[in-house]
Amino acid sequence: MAESASATPPAPESASPESASPGSSPAAPSATGSRATGSRAAGSSPAAPLVTLRDAGVGFSGRTLWEGLDLDLAPGEFLAVLGPNGAGKSTFLKVLLGLTKLSSGSAEIAGAPVRRGSSRVGYIPQQQTMPEETPMRARDMVALGLDGHRFGIRLHHRALRRRVDELLEAVGATAYANMPVGLLSGGEQQRLRAAQALASNPAVLLCDEPLHSLDLHHQQAVTELIRRQAVERGSAVVFVTHEINPVIEHVDRVLYFARGQYRIGTTAEVMRSEVLSELYGSSVDVIEHKGRLLVMSAHDEGGHCHPEELTLP
Amino acid sequence: MMETLTSSFTTEGYWELFSLVRNSVITAGVLGLMGGLIGVFIMLRRTALVVHGIAEISFAGAALALLIGVDVVAGSALGAVAASVLIGVLSLKDRDTSAVTGVLMPFGLGLGILFLSLYQGRSANKFGLLTGQIVGVDDVQTQTLVTGAMVISIVLLLIWRPLMFASVDPQLARARGVHVNLLSMVFMVLLGIAVAMSVQVVGALLVLALLVVPAAAALKVTVRPYLAVLLSMLFALISSVGGIMLAITGTVPISPYITTISFVIYVICVLLGRGGRNRRRRSAAVLTSWPLTA
Repeated sequence: MAESASATPPAPESASPESASPGSSPAAPSATGSRATGSRAAGSSPAAPLVTLRDAGVGFSGRTLWEGLDLDLAPGEFLAVLGPNGAGKSTFLKVLLGLTKLSSGSAEIAGAPVRRGSSRVGYIPQQQTMPEETPMRARDMVALGLDGHRFGIRLHHRALRRRVDELLEAVGATAYANMPVGLLSGGEQQRLRAAQALASNPAVLLCDEPLHSLDLHHQQAVTELIRRQAVERGSAVVFVTHEINPVIEHVDRVLYFARGQYRIGTTAEVMRSEVLSELYGSSVDVIEHKGRLLVMSAHDEGGHCHPEELTLP
Repeated sequence: MMETLTSSFTTEGYWELFSLVRNSVITAGVLGLMGGLIGVFIMLRRTALVVHGIAEISFAGAALALLIGVDVVAGSALGAVAASVLIGVLSLKDRDTSAVTGVLMPFGLGLGILFLSLYQGRSANKFGLLTGQIVGVDDVQTQTLVTGAMVISIVLLLIWRPLMFASVDPQLARARGVHVNLLSMVFMVLLGIAVAMSVQVVGALLVLALLVVPAAAALKVTVRPYLAVLLSMLFALISSVGGIMLAITGTVPISPYITTISFVIYVICVLLGRGGRNRRRRSAAVLTSWPLTA
């Protein structure tokens, strides 16, 4: 996936003050550095970007959540979206889902303006436990992901069944295909949500903390599913999380929201003490330990010290 | 007491009697089928209490109609739809329908009592509003009720998948382009009309027996969505038609028969479902203990 992105011209762009971190990171290799700043130069990239944001901003009732966001996501690219609660991570997803309107700028998915219910977008919501008595088997839930938005009686039962079986197999859920969803564990339900999201073979996969409250085993399995969709089918992945470590080896770029600002770049460029300190406006330390990152702040302000990241496996 | 009960049963001339209440049986059957269908969604959306609230406000509408001398069925339908739309709008934001219902329900019932106390006519009319008056339906009413039930059932079948999607997983449904709030409102209107019609059979107080109990029973024994609906409709049909057929043998009103049958079905389903659920849970435990490959 790095190939497609690194094909963009390596000319650093001093014209975009928002993407502050990459320009000021001499340590970053030039290929990844160009990717971080290459958002405006992507027109010359061989693969057209799957997600394009231009000068995008969102605000509610007079308060600006974030603004001036420029972003191009190449096919196969894995973007981790980080930041404290309320900084606009989920809103970022809602914009791409077409559920929240931008107050400025534009947002496009695969060359077309964002649209609610687009089949080019797959969505894995945060894990929520289904009530025990939900009258659905695992396969019924996946089928809803395929055609649940359509009106009328369901036709083509056989074709649907085949597709559902394929999807169940793809996410490793065949063993419990006929189990009531209410009796499945959170991790198993989350695999079904992954199957629902992959149903339309989306160009962009939007994940809203898909690993939340899953055990390590299921975290790895769900991450692997998402990564495979990116690598094998060339989908772009937008992965909202408060904890980068479970997915750190897959992340190509990080988009970090805080205090109405953002930084974007590779993990090495953004997840650094200087960059995050500047973003938070207070002293933040990023410590690397065996390939994992610990983010710590001197004064705990607004809960941006992520205690989760302190628990190393 | 026992004497009245035993003497209330007579099988003599049963079929002549039955032909007299044929309209009622048809109406009750069709309403039962509709109740079973919409009941599954009522259970899925956890709006059983809302049904009761709508029924009581529908009672207020009927009482007002009785008082001012217009059609009682129309009055109850108007009250029910107004109530369901009101509850729907007030609970759009937080989906907490039970609190809104809890606020509106006593108000509706109070209004109903006020209207009835002002009403100077026959007292039997008053009682019928609360406990049902199916035996009295004429051809025109039968036609109206059957048509209404069929329209509701057809609309429900047409919006089946998105409504199911929005009911079990609103977050994802919204992202997939389902108009969750609009569907909610459509469902509330359908529910209002369904309640108003069911009130004619079992009365405002017992409407849950037709709209909720059969679906609750069905969900105890199956997790397949289609089977749940079929069973729910079957249970509701057995309760409503069976209730009338038993009731015409005696002097006891129809409603207790309907509620008793549906309750018995529910108990049986709970007992059956307990075994099935435990089996499934055991097999689930076996499954999850296997090492799963991604």
